Amino acid sequence: MAQPSAALKKSFPRRLARNYRQNPYIYWMALPVVLYYLLFHYLPMFGIVIAFQNFRPARGVFGSQWVGMQNFQDFFRSPFAPRLIRNTILINVYSILWGFPAPILLALMLNEVRASAYKRVIQTVSYMPHFISLVVICGMIKEFSLINGLFNDVRAFFGLERVGILSEAKMFRTVYIASGIWQQIGWGSIIYLATLAGADPNLYEAAVIDGANRFQRIIHVTLPVLVPLIVMQFILRMGQMMNVGSEKIILLYTPLTYETGDVISSYVYRRGLQETKYSLGTAIGLFNSLINMCLVVGTNALSRKVLDESLW
Amino acid sequence: MVENKSFGSRLFDIINYALLGVVALLCLYPLWHVLMGSFSDPKGLTLHTGIMLWPEGFSLAGYQIVLSNPNILSGYLNTLFYVVVGTCARMVMTILGAYALSRSNFLLKRAMSVFVVVTMYFGGGLIASFLVVTKVFNMYDSRAAIIVPSLVSTWNMIILKTAFQRVPASLEESARLDGANDLVLLIRIILPVTMATLAVITLYYAVAEWNSWFTAVVYLRSREKFPLQLFLRETLISYSTSMSDEVTGSMDAPDMVLFIEELVRYATIIVATVPILCIYPFAQRYFITGVMMGSLKE
Repeated sequence: MAQPSAALKKSFPRRLARNYRQNPYIYWMALPVVLYYLLFHYLPMFGIVIAFQNFRPARGVFGSQWVGMQNFQDFFRSPFAPRLIRNTILINVYSILWGFPAPILLALMLNEVRASAYKRVIQTVSYMPHFISLVVICGMIKEFSLINGLFNDVRAFFGLERVGILSEAKMFRTVYIASGIWQQIGWGSIIYLATLAGADPNLYEAAVIDGANRFQRIIHVTLPVLVPLIVMQFILRMGQMMNVGSEKIILLYTPLTYETGDVISSYVYRRGLQETKYSLGTAIGLFNSLINMCLVVGTNALSRKVLDESLW
Repeated sequence: MVENKSFGSRLFDIINYALLGVVALLCLYPLWHVLMGSFSDPKGLTLHTGIMLWPEGFSLAGYQIVLSNPNILSGYLNTLFYVVVGTCARMVMTILGAYALSRSNFLLKRAMSVFVVVTMYFGGGLIASFLVVTKVFNMYDSRAAIIVPSLVSTWNMIILKTAFQRVPASLEESARLDGANDLVLLIRIILPVTMATLAVITLYYAVAEWNSWFTAVVYLRSREKFPLQLFLRETLISYSTSMSDEVTGSMDAPDMVLFIEELVRYATIIVATVPILCIYPFAQRYFITGVMMGSLKE
């Protein structure tokens, strides 16, 4: 630009018009994308107003009756609210407890393997479950959970009685989380392995010269390389504390396991969509996503403070 | 670097290799179990307990039933349609958006960026989206409902934008001097040098569509539009009775029906998984690159 100061002084619409004249194609390229976001992301955001209505599709958003906070009150007074919130949080707590360290451990173990062919085979095999579709994974879980299925064969081998595993409320979370680890452990380790691959080899040589044994090297040299990444991943994960995806839950749960398996998102689907309680479902969803947003903003602020790194 | 192979170090290696072998076996065995089961004799499979290293007896009855099931074929064709059309449409949109977002001379770059990123953290939710798609756009039970409401993945678009921004300015300058406009610049310069990223994102879109079932449950009613995953859900999870009716005609003893249903489920799992596992070793490299790109920050 010849005169930046002059350009700055111009009003925004005039600058915009000039920018358009200079780069018309960019605007035409952005247009369909912006339209898509308007129609399929921002219009539904506007649709949230039905959370404060007794929405009837026939009357539309503008004709339906306004009820204020009634839907929220209905939800919080129902016996389901505590159960749904508890289940959502507990599934996350246990997922973090068992599922978060698993890929880190695998990456540390793989990192110690010097035979690269063996390493590659293990990696390839452990990534594989990630590529099987969720429906098929849950189909396999269901198959193995039958009275004569593989899981019960294992139980019988250890002297436990055969049970309908997927109809036992007390086993639901275990099945959900263990199968999740099975599917994602290999895939989740990639990011840690890649970070280790970039580690400074001089560190190891120094540790060897100092006479550190293999365990000591892992604890004092390898693990510290991963710490910033682990903290970052952990903080991101904490932001998802009130968020459990509905898809796997819906595939696995039955009315017998609602007690431990029903979470907010699956309830929104069942009550809101299947039973067409649109307003109630939207209200519950709004409550959930507001909490999620606070958690993400909060953990992001934490991350900025602790690590000097943040999402935005 | 000289590795000092002390006794402790060797012991460590042995235990580590063994444990990793166990992990790999645990990852692989369930699939092996289903594969061997699918070739078993129906009765042998049902009565079998414990680890299955080889088929119990041998029969292809499961595969015969699965492959002659018209639902599986129509599901495969529908999924093929959704994957091909959906991935093409999504790539076009993602490229257009990523290009605009990557241009420093685009005055609305920041505004558009915020506009797009907000949707990663806040949205209308399942029901409001459902109402918009079905009531406002009247897409209920249409194939468009599977593709159009998810035309752009914001995450993928941002990855691509980052790749576009990394293209050396010198490459663009020479094209600009030749009088190329943005469209020409995108097609001639930017796309060819970001092929690796484009491949990764294409794969991501294709795999996501192949695996997707929930959108179809929500938006589709007619069975002739169902993707494969919905028929899989019927066979593997909801245990439809239509299957046993078809089978009863050919079988005499009623418990034979139960036996063969289990075999059919095993064969179904294999038929639905083999294509993706065949592509997977070749695509693995791209997927891993994708994980790394997702974790990179600008």
